[in-house]
Amino acid sequence: MQEINNSPSDDVLIKLQDIYKIYHMGDSEVHALDGISLDIRRGEFVAIVGQSGSGKSTCMNIIGCLDVPTSGTYHLNGVDVSTMKDDEQAEIRNKMLGFIFQQYNLIPKLNLCENVELPLLYAGLSPAERQQRAMASLARVGLEDKAQNLPSQLSGGQQQRVSIARALAGNPPVILADEPTGALDSHTGREVLSFLQKLHKDGNTIVLITHDNSIARQAQRIVRLADGKIIYDGAADRPEAVVQPDEFSAMPITPAEEVQAG
Amino acid sequence: MDIQQAFKMSFKSLMASKLRSLLTMLGIIIGVAAVIAIMSIGQGLMNSVNEMFSSLGSNIIQVGLYVRGESNRTVTVDNMYDFVNENQELLCDLSPIVYIQGQVKCGNEVMERPSVSGVSEAYDSLQLLKLSQGRFLQYVDVARKEKVCVVGTYIVDNYLDGEGMGKIIKINGENFTVIGVMEQMGDNTERSEDNQIFIPYTNALQINGTNFVDSYGVNATSKENIAPARLAIEAFLEEKLSGDGFYYVQSLSEMLEEYNKMQNTIVTVLAAIAGISLLVGGIGIMNIMLVSVTERTREIGIRKSLGAKRRDIRLQFIIEAASTSAIGGVVGIVLGTVVGMAAGVLMNTTITPTLSPIILSFGISVGIGIIFGYLPANKAAKLNPIDALRYD
Ligand SMILES: Nc1ncnc2c1ncn2[C@@H]1O[C@H](COP(=O)(O)OP(=O)(O)O)[C@@H](O)[C@H]1O
Ligand SMILES: [Mg+2]
Repeated sequence: MQEINNSPSDDVLIKLQDIYKIYHMGDSEVHALDGISLDIRRGEFVAIVGQSGSGKSTCMNIIGCLDVPTSGTYHLNGVDVSTMKDDEQAEIRNKMLGFIFQQYNLIPKLNLCENVELPLLYAGLSPAERQQRAMASLARVGLEDKAQNLPSQLSGGQQQRVSIARALAGNPPVILADEPTGALDSHTGREVLSFLQKLHKDGNTIVLITHDNSIARQAQRIVRLADGKIIYDGAADRPEAVVQPDEFSAMPITPAEEVQAG
Repeated sequence: MDIQQAFKMSFKSLMASKLRSLLTMLGIIIGVAAVIAIMSIGQGLMNSVNEMFSSLGSNIIQVGLYVRGESNRTVTVDNMYDFVNENQELLCDLSPIVYIQGQVKCGNEVMERPSVSGVSEAYDSLQLLKLSQGRFLQYVDVARKEKVCVVGTYIVDNYLDGEGMGKIIKINGENFTVIGVMEQMGDNTERSEDNQIFIPYTNALQINGTNFVDSYGVNATSKENIAPARLAIEAFLEEKLSGDGFYYVQSLSEMLEEYNKMQNTIVTVLAAIAGISLLVGGIGIMNIMLVSVTERTREIGIRKSLGAKRRDIRLQFIIEAASTSAIGGVVGIVLGTVVGMAAGVLMNTTITPTLSPIILSFGISVGIGIIFGYLPANKAAKLNPIDALRYD
């Protein structure tokens, strides 16, 4: 909280304004995101929580420039990215964003080093520089000795560490993690989480998606979604932060600093 | 993304499913191999025919005459010489050719079917004959009916103890002295050009008991003059003989040209038919690439999420398609060349692979990869990153 309050208000890195994402399923409409407004400052560690189907992944995909909102605007680092073309968004993803997915999303036929090199490849780095930085990144997650292995030769926790190394390789300011511990046992899950905390201390902005309250509490700030709306946005250490949605109806709404809960 | 990396990645993909890559290439391999084999066999055939003809003078025009016995219209040797003299800008080196059927002996030994022809002193320039010893017939030999002859190596080696000059050969009982030995032209067997004897045509006519020469050879003064010379001779013979006789006038080089043209057409048509399998191969590549794009949708999504632009993805898939067909092309070139050379051995000619069809078919196979790879590559490039990532 200290950091958030001390940050100047113009240091907002991620600014979502009135974001809607509507899917048409035959005659019915699904409001995956139903009017979301959210500011995330540089250096924050935010957990987005909510039940399955509440819109967390949709929200992250929009923050990650993997998807475009039906309406609303999204400024990343002061630039409106919601109206950008495919290739411009690719450039933003490459320079600004590092992804950690629940399913690791490594390319099976490439070895670890080549997997980690991918963002650097698309950034246009020379082969020598790619290799050197990929190895350094693998070393950060303690897997440099397995650089020539294929992902299938690794455990789940190790694969997730590779995907973290890949997210870090290009040194992007924002790390987005969608249920990074979802496929891991609790021990390796904690390992991954402590790694994210380390990254946060190093100055990265981290958005973590989880449905697990105990994991969410490791963040500074929790944003809780239900049915595509924000129902809580505030410090992670307040008791209301971890309230279950079904208990929620009995609780008073706690407005966040700038964001009105839906 | 750099091209080098794209090649590396496409190689990885090809190696990841070797059997499939091989089957994909098969259409291109067969197509290219067929085109190369057909073209080199055609080239080999043409070479061997041209070789055969090149031993004859290339400007030679052959004239054949047939006159009805009861007719008084005819063409005499003098007529032919006069005509050539009047058309010196078109014609030179006239020689009557008179074949002799008869017994040829050396001492008491009867020679096995040598070809004996009476010719003029111009005959060596007509047929590009070269002598290894002595001289060819001269004008005086012909004019004075000298009993002299020029022989081939087979006769020298088999009947004249390897020493031709000055020996006597008996043709239908008349003695002819060897004044020249020709260089070996064929394989020095009984059936080759080396079993030949030339004598003055004046003697030959006497032996045959006739004045009429039914066969001539004459040279056009240049390659360009072959056609006009042939037409002039035809006009002359038509005027002399029309209705009362038959004649033919043919130029070897024109015949050869006709033959080459015809064969070129056949080879081109065959190669084009073989080329259709290249097209089929291209469609096969497109098909597999479309399957591959679908299978690798998730990979494409991952790459896009990491910052791959459309052209990066497109380049990757196009290079993959192009290298598939290029490798197929190279294999096909090797296969086709081997088949062509094997056919050359069977046809008894040397078939040397020529560069242009090789470069052409390599280029075509790369081109096919690019053209038929473009559609799937573009499909991959246009995938929405989030849809691609979710795909499984
Ligand atoms: N591509 C899609 N087409 C239709 N509906 C979708 C699509 N993606 C997500 N949804 C719907 O949007 C809602 C939010 O999904 P999601 O963001 O994945 O939730 P979460 O990640 O919180 O589980 C769900 O009701 C889901 O069914
Ligand atoms: Mg989700």
